Amino acid sequence: MWIYEKKLQYPVKVSQCNPHLAKLLIEQYGGADGELAAALRYLNQRYTIPDKVKGLLTDIGTEEFAHLEMIATMVYKLTKDATKEQIKAAGLEEHYVNHDLSLFYQSAAGNPFTATYIQSKGDPIADLYEDIAAEEKARATYQWLIDLSDDPDINDSLKFLREREIVHSQRFREAVELLKEYQGQKKFF
Amino acid sequence: MKKRKPNPYRDQYRVWYPFHSPDDPCPPIAKQYVVPPNQFLGFQPPNLPQFSKHEALIKGTLWPIFYSPYPPKKWRDKDGT
Repeated sequence: MWIYEKKLQYPVKVSQCNPHLAKLLIEQYGGADGELAAALRYLNQRYTIPDKVKGLLTDIGTEEFAHLEMIATMVYKLTKDATKEQIKAAGLEEHYVNHDLSLFYQSAAGNPFTATYIQSKGDPIADLYEDIAAEEKARATYQWLIDLSDDPDINDSLKFLREREIVHSQRFREAVELLKEYQGQKKFF
Repeated sequence: MKKRKPNPYRDQYRVWYPFHSPDDPCPPIAKQYVVPPNQFLGFQPPNLPQFSKHEALIKGTLWPIFYSPYPPKKWRDKDGT
């Protein structure tokens, strides 16, 4: 069960009318290393992961949904008042004919979200290493988005999200150390 | 029997027991996973002991410290028997 707080984890402000930036940000919405993939990956893996790291996957998976909501807010704010001319200039015509200005889970290149972006191997070490890799790839994606964005307010939020990826990676690395221990094990095989 | 400390290079299996509800239909099975020895070594130091060339070809590694035999999984009940 979840409890919803009707506010964002970190404020999202948009300083420029820039629908093209929304087209790039959608990578973190429905891309391979995006927040949706992260949330679904962790919340699914947790069922078969040892108890001592299950709570971590629940917490981080939940936070990824909070991040997803921030990205959605950015995309919405950047596109909601775009004119026909701005939609065309931003290269959002293909999106418009299919979705109007509504959001869709897809990558910046327009590929729809797919479950093949995530994995659940069942081996706790393999799953946690995938999670660490996913966090580092998401951090890199935020870096490239910040490089291409000229919007200081958007960049402020993106820098917050990038920092959270670093913290999550650190927590997953600690989880690997916990799994290496023999805690509570009476016999050794 | 004297209680021995686990050796991560020899005792590669970890065992854990998920919550089992009285309403669960099947008897509980202890869950297990392998932690291969490379997880403990980090960057490989030089001059480690080596298998013979023939044994290395069979085992897939030149160094005994990296060998993870992955013995057949034993399906254990809650008491580990």
